[in-house]
Amino acid sequence: MPSRYLLRRLAQVLPTVAGLLVLNFCIIHLAPGDPAIALGGEHGDAAYYAFLRARFGLDRPLPEQLLTYVANVLRGDLGTSYVHGRSVASVITERIPSTLLLVSTALVLSSVAGVGLGTLAARHRRRTADVALNTAALLGYATPSFWLGQIALLTLAVGTGLFPVQGMTDARNPQTGLAHLRDVLHHLALPAIVLAVNELALTTRLVRARLLEAFRAEYVRAARAKGLPEALVTRHALRNVMLPVITVIGSRAGMFLSGAVLVEVVFAWPGLGRLLLSSLLSRDYPVLLGMFLLISIGVVLANLITDLAYARLDPRIRYQ
Amino acid sequence: MLDSIPAFDINSQPALTLRPRAFGNRKGLVRILRSGAGRVGVVVTCGLLAVALLASWIAPSNPFASVGPPLRPPTLAHPMGTDDLGRDVLSGVVYGTRTSLLLALIVGLLTGTIGMIVGSLAAWQGRRADDALMRITEFVQVVPRFFLAVIVIALFGPGLDRLILLLGLTSWPWIARVVRAEVLSLKQREFVEAARSLGAGHVRVLLREVLPNALPPVVVVVSLSAASVILIEAGLSFLGLGDPDVVSLGYLANNAQRFLRVAWWMAAFPGMAIALAILGLNLLGDGLNEVLNPRDGR
Repeated sequence: MPSRYLLRRLAQVLPTVAGLLVLNFCIIHLAPGDPAIALGGEHGDAAYYAFLRARFGLDRPLPEQLLTYVANVLRGDLGTSYVHGRSVASVITERIPSTLLLVSTALVLSSVAGVGLGTLAARHRRRTADVALNTAALLGYATPSFWLGQIALLTLAVGTGLFPVQGMTDARNPQTGLAHLRDVLHHLALPAIVLAVNELALTTRLVRARLLEAFRAEYVRAARAKGLPEALVTRHALRNVMLPVITVIGSRAGMFLSGAVLVEVVFAWPGLGRLLLSSLLSRDYPVLLGMFLLISIGVVLANLITDLAYARLDPRIRYQ
Repeated sequence: MLDSIPAFDINSQPALTLRPRAFGNRKGLVRILRSGAGRVGVVVTCGLLAVALLASWIAPSNPFASVGPPLRPPTLAHPMGTDDLGRDVLSGVVYGTRTSLLLALIVGLLTGTIGMIVGSLAAWQGRRADDALMRITEFVQVVPRFFLAVIVIALFGPGLDRLILLLGLTSWPWIARVVRAEVLSLKQREFVEAARSLGAGHVRVLLREVLPNALPPVVVVVSLSAASVILIEAGLSFLGLGDPDVVSLGYLANNAQRFLRVAWWMAAFPGMAIALAILGLNLLGDGLNEVLNPRDGR
């Protein structure tokens, strides 16, 4: 990949992040009431709000306040959570690993299975397997993840007892080492599957539609004409199909994270979703604003990674 | 340019092969009933619309009224059971469907309008306006709508009005991109040239000749994004951020979460209604797409 492209693409990220900072700043100041409350949450006392006003220069003109805010954020200072009594950055970052574990497991699951099932459907077009997969994909795409979570929890966890109902580990029976890992994986299975369903359905449909299209292309006809086995033909076609599939998966980072948050709430998974809910309930605005900022930047980065992956996979792309 | 790759294209490259006046052709709209997906989509969406319109006749009671003993499983009197306050779940689902569809409709109109304006200006006004508008479009597209809504509602308080405004102002980029692509291609066509050479001004050509022909793919995208609007509202209400004065399907699901182990019906039926609405709108979009953009012979 030409490094010039990398630089150019990175340069495009900066204005976006700047825009996000300004957006966050606008929300703080447009919110009804005192911006000090938006910055400090609803539990501070008068002295604390006075401290915040001085720190963010809330008596200064707006442009100056914006600069102060941006400078603070750039230093990694997202404010302090009065509820947790710690910096917002530390409150959020300690929740990231468990959300990342859930999200990446679901993403791998949905991508691998989606490509497999989509290929299966395309190769059995209009036969039973295809019709069944298509119907399942339609239903899977339409089902809200939190509801699927509720139903899975009721039937598979509470009903059969095969899966744990809540959390990331068994609190009554703390484990270490390999047993701990097994415990986490056992807790992870159901939320990850539930979270994967929407994306899996989408990926299956997308791969199927694009493969069917590719099967009509001339290079596929040529490959078949020279007698390549069908499996190899499919592999050739898949390589081309993967490009749009990667774009769509990457562009859904925001939707995917919002699904993750809701699934976490259903299964009491101790990640960002739980933090979001508890911050909402305790009106801990600094944490909410910090999460929004970090998640938006995460989405921007996901798009960046998608584009870079695309450029790497598609030799036709040469950026000037 | 990687920028020109649509960020979300389930099946729809812009329909570049459209004949002029695709909507003037009434057969086209009837044809949607011939595709399997379209037929189910039309039936489900129309059915839910009927439920929404006739809510006050269909619902057995006021969704907020306590009409029976609490937490009762489905019976003949209460086909979907009752909730923790003895409210009829069926009534909640009926009124909740109305809220969700109303939201989807208004947001759809709003995003359709903004998307058409931005997209056609970008395509029509030349390079500079195009660059500027597309940068804005890309920015709005990366802002995670769901989390923005969480913040705004947390700080401004819940309300259907601000949710409509927020989703309307953030859901248009996809439409703008589709419109832009359509207008860019239509702008070169003979009938547009003809209208211009007859002396029609920019506004007239755009409004009378170009935009009506760009409309079909917009309708497809609007119906697909309406589904995502319903999903976002449900998710927000599930977190307790819904408008407390209005019954919505997410509100019911949120309430159900606390009683999940004792009252499965409180969660099951609202969720089914959400899934049905999303399924209907997606199939409708697919069906319209097949009719208006017959690209791959599925």
